[in-house]
Amino acid sequence: MESKITNYSVPTEYQSELGKMNILGFWIFIAAEIILFATLFALYGVYHNRTAEGPTGPEVFVIRDVMIQTILLLTSSFTCGYVITSLRKGNVKSANIWIGITLLFGLGFLVMEINEFIHYAHAGLTIQTSAFGSSLLTLLGTHGAHVTFGVVWAILLAIQLVQRGITPITASKVHIWSIYWHFLDVVWIFIFTFVYLGGLM
Amino acid sequence: MDIKWDQILIIEEPIMFWTFIGLIVSTIGLVAGLTYFKKWGWLWNEWLTSTDAKKVGIMYITLGIVMLVRGGIDALMMKYQTSVPENTFLSAQHFNEVFSAHGTIMIFFMAMPVIFGIMNLIVPLQIGARDVAFPKLNLLGFWITASAAILYNIAFLVGGSPDAGWTSYFPLAGKEFTPGIGNNYYYIAIQISGFGSMIVAINFMVTILKMRAPGMGLFKMPMFTWTTLITCLIMIIAFPIFTIALLAGMLDRIFGAHFFTVADGGLDMMWANLFWLWAHPEVYIVILPAFGIISEVVATFSKKRLYGYHSMVWAVIVISVFSLLVWVHHFYTMGVGPTVNSIFSITTLAIAVPTGIKLFNWLFTMRKGRIVFEQPMLWALAFIPTFLVGGVTGVMLGMASADFQYHNTLFLVAHFHYTLVGGVVYAVFAAFYYWWPKFFGFKLNHKLGNWHFWLFNIGFNLTFLPMFFLGLDGAARRMYTYSAETGFAPLYMLSFIGTLIIAAGVTIFVINIVYSTLKEKRITERDVWGTGRTLEWMVPTPVPAYNFAVIPKVEAIDEFWHRKQTGKEFVNEKEIKDIHMPSHSWLPAYIGLAFFISGFLFVWEFQALAIASLALPFLGMAINSFQYDDGFYIPAKEVIETERKDRGEQQWKAK
Repeated sequence: MESKITNYSVPTEYQSELGKMNILGFWIFIAAEIILFATLFALYGVYHNRTAEGPTGPEVFVIRDVMIQTILLLTSSFTCGYVITSLRKGNVKSANIWIGITLLFGLGFLVMEINEFIHYAHAGLTIQTSAFGSSLLTLLGTHGAHVTFGVVWAILLAIQLVQRGITPITASKVHIWSIYWHFLDVVWIFIFTFVYLGGLM
Repeated sequence: MDIKWDQILIIEEPIMFWTFIGLIVSTIGLVAGLTYFKKWGWLWNEWLTSTDAKKVGIMYITLGIVMLVRGGIDALMMKYQTSVPENTFLSAQHFNEVFSAHGTIMIFFMAMPVIFGIMNLIVPLQIGARDVAFPKLNLLGFWITASAAILYNIAFLVGGSPDAGWTSYFPLAGKEFTPGIGNNYYYIAIQISGFGSMIVAINFMVTILKMRAPGMGLFKMPMFTWTTLITCLIMIIAFPIFTIALLAGMLDRIFGAHFFTVADGGLDMMWANLFWLWAHPEVYIVILPAFGIISEVVATFSKKRLYGYHSMVWAVIVISVFSLLVWVHHFYTMGVGPTVNSIFSITTLAIAVPTGIKLFNWLFTMRKGRIVFEQPMLWALAFIPTFLVGGVTGVMLGMASADFQYHNTLFLVAHFHYTLVGGVVYAVFAAFYYWWPKFFGFKLNHKLGNWHFWLFNIGFNLTFLPMFFLGLDGAARRMYTYSAETGFAPLYMLSFIGTLIIAAGVTIFVINIVYSTLKEKRITERDVWGTGRTLEWMVPTPVPAYNFAVIPKVEAIDEFWHRKQTGKEFVNEKEIKDIHMPSHSWLPAYIGLAFFISGFLFVWEFQALAIASLALPFLGMAINSFQYDDGFYIPAKEVIETERKDRGEQQWKAK
C-alpha cells in the first residue's frame, strides 16, 4: 500500500504519474460529456415548441422551485471547492465533512427534481406526451442521473479517505470527482438559462 | 409488453433451424474441447483476464475475424438471393434482416474491433511505451465490445433480427412500422459497443499524449500513431452524438417517447441528421488508421522515409475536421434546398484534396525506392488504385445535383465498398502480414498469401465493379429481388461469382494462418523484414510482455532506422532494471457480462427490471474503486535472459 502524502508544496492530486494520467483522461471524458449534453440541448432547441396536444413549458415550469434547485446545486459546487482545499491542507476529517455537506445539497437538489417530475406528470407532461416532453425530460433526466451517480461516487470516495488517508491516489480520485461535480453545475447553469429562463421569456 | 412468446426462438425456417443446430453443436464442441485439453484455466488466466495490451489486441482481432465470417456469410446469402431474377432463396423480410446484420456487424463488430486490436498491438510499441495508460480499462473496452457483439448476434435466433438497415432510419425503425422487439437489439447492442469505443478513444489519447518515450515529440511520431491519435479525437467528438441518438431511439421504441415519431411533434429526419453526424466521422474512424498502416508499409518496403511526413499529418488533421462537416451529403434528397446542399457539397468535395495529398505522398515514397514485393506491400499497392476508385466515385456522389441520380442505388453501395473494403480491409490485410511475425515469431506463408491476395482482389473487383453499372442503370439497393425484364441479371450473376471468389480468398487466408502456425520457420530477429523503420522492430521477436527492456531515448523520425544507420545500440544491458507490470483482473469480464444481462432485459422491454439491472455494471465500477492493486515486477535477470535470446543471429549494430 502506498504511503500517505507528507509533501504539500505540490497539489496533492498531481503527486503520482497515475494520478496525472487519470486526471487528463477524465478531462477528455468531460469533453465527450460536453458533446453529449450539447446534443441534448440541440434536441431540446429543436423540439421546445413541438408540444403537440400537451402542455407548453411556461404552463408547467415552477420558477420558484427551479430557483431553489439552482441555489442548492451552486452552493454544493462551492462546498465542493472546500473539499479540495482540505485535501491540499492534508485534513482528512474536514475533507469528509465538506463531502458530506456537498452531498446534502446534492440530495436536496435531487429531491426537488423528483418533485418537479411528479408535478409535470400531474400537469399532463410525461416523456410520452410530445416531442417537447421527451426532449425536456431526457435532458433533465440525464443530468439528474449524472448527479445521482456523483452522490454514490462521493460516498465511496469518502469511505476510502477514511480507510487510507490522503495518498496521491485517493487525492487524485477525489479531485476527479470534484471536476465531475463542478461540470454538472455548469451543465445546470445552461439548463437553467436556456430551458427555464428561455422558456419563460 | 406485447411480446409474442412463440417468437422467442425463431427456428421455423430451415436455414434458421440448421444454423441453430450448428451453433449448438459448435458451442458444445468448443466447451468439450476446452475441458478435454484442460484449457479453461489457461484461457481465463492468460487471455480473458489479461491486461497486457498485446493480448487484448489479439482478442479484439479474433473477435473481428469471427465477425468477418458471420458478416461474410450474410453477404454470400444476399448475393446468392440476387444472383438470378425472382429468386426465392430468401423472403423479403429475411433479406431485410440479412442486409441489416451484414452492415451493422461489418462496421461495429468487424472493422472497429480489428482496428482497435491493431492499435493495441502497435501503438505502445511505436511510441516506446511498456503499456497503455489504463490497462484494466483497456480490457474493459474489449469486454464491452465483445458482450455487445454477442448480444447483437443472438438476435436472429432469440426475438428476431433488426431489419431496418444498418442506418435504422425512422419512421421505418420505430414501433409503428417495425413492431416486435427485434429492432431493439440495434439500439441497445450498438449503445453498449459505443461505450467500448469511448474507452478506447480516451485510453489511447492519454497513452499517446503522456507515454511517449523521451525525445519523441508529436512530430516524431510514426504515422500509424498519428492517425490513431486523430481517430481518437474524432471518436470523442462523434460518439456522444450517437449515444444520444441511440438513447432517443430506444426511448421512442421502449418507453413511448416522441423524438423521431411522425405523430406528437417528433421529427423522423432528426434521426438521419444525428445518425450521419456520427456515421460520417465513423468511416474516417476506420479509414484513418488504415491510412496509417499503408504509410508504414509503403515506407518500409520502399526502403525510404515516408515522403511528405508533415503534409501527411496535416492532411489527416484536415480530414478529421472536414469529416464533421459533411453529414448532410448522405441525404441531399431530404430537400433542404440548394443553399444547404451546395455548402455540404463543397465541404464534401474539399475532402478530396487532403486525401489526394496522401495518395501522392505514397506514390512519391515509392518513387526511386527499392520496392520489395513482400505480402504487405502487395496489399498496399492494390490499396492505392482500389481506394482511388472509391474516392473518385465519392466525389461523383458528393455533387448534390448529380447525387439525385445515384441516391439509394447500387452505385452508392459499390462506392462505399471500394472505400471500406478497398481501403480498410486491404490495409488490415497488409497489417496482418506486416506485423504478424513480430507477435507470433513466424511469417505467414508467402505462396498461400499470394493466392489469398489474387483471389481476393479479382473477386473484389468482380463483385463491386458491376454494381456501379447496375446502380447507374437504376438498380436500387436493398431490393430482395427483381424481374428478368430489368436486364440486371447478368451483372448480378457476375457480382455473385465475385463474392464466391472473395470467399475462397478469405478461406485461404484462414488456412494460411493454420498452416503457417504449424509449418513456417520460427524467427527471432528483431528486425523481421530487415527494413524496419519504427520502434516496434527494436524489441525482441516475439514481443515480450514488457515490450521495452529499456525505454529508448528518441532522436529522430524513424528512430530504429536512425539507430541502424548511426550504429547506436538497441538495448544497453546495464540499464535494465526490474519492470513493473499491471495485474490481471476479472472485473472487466464481470462488467461485460453485466452489460449483456442489462442489455438483454432492455431488449425484451422489461422496463423496470432493466433499469434496476443497470446497477450491475455500476456495482463492478464500485468494486473497482476499492481495488488498490500495485501490480507486480518482472526481475531484471529474467529480462536480460529474454533480451539475449536473439543475440547469436541478431545484428546488434548496423552494418
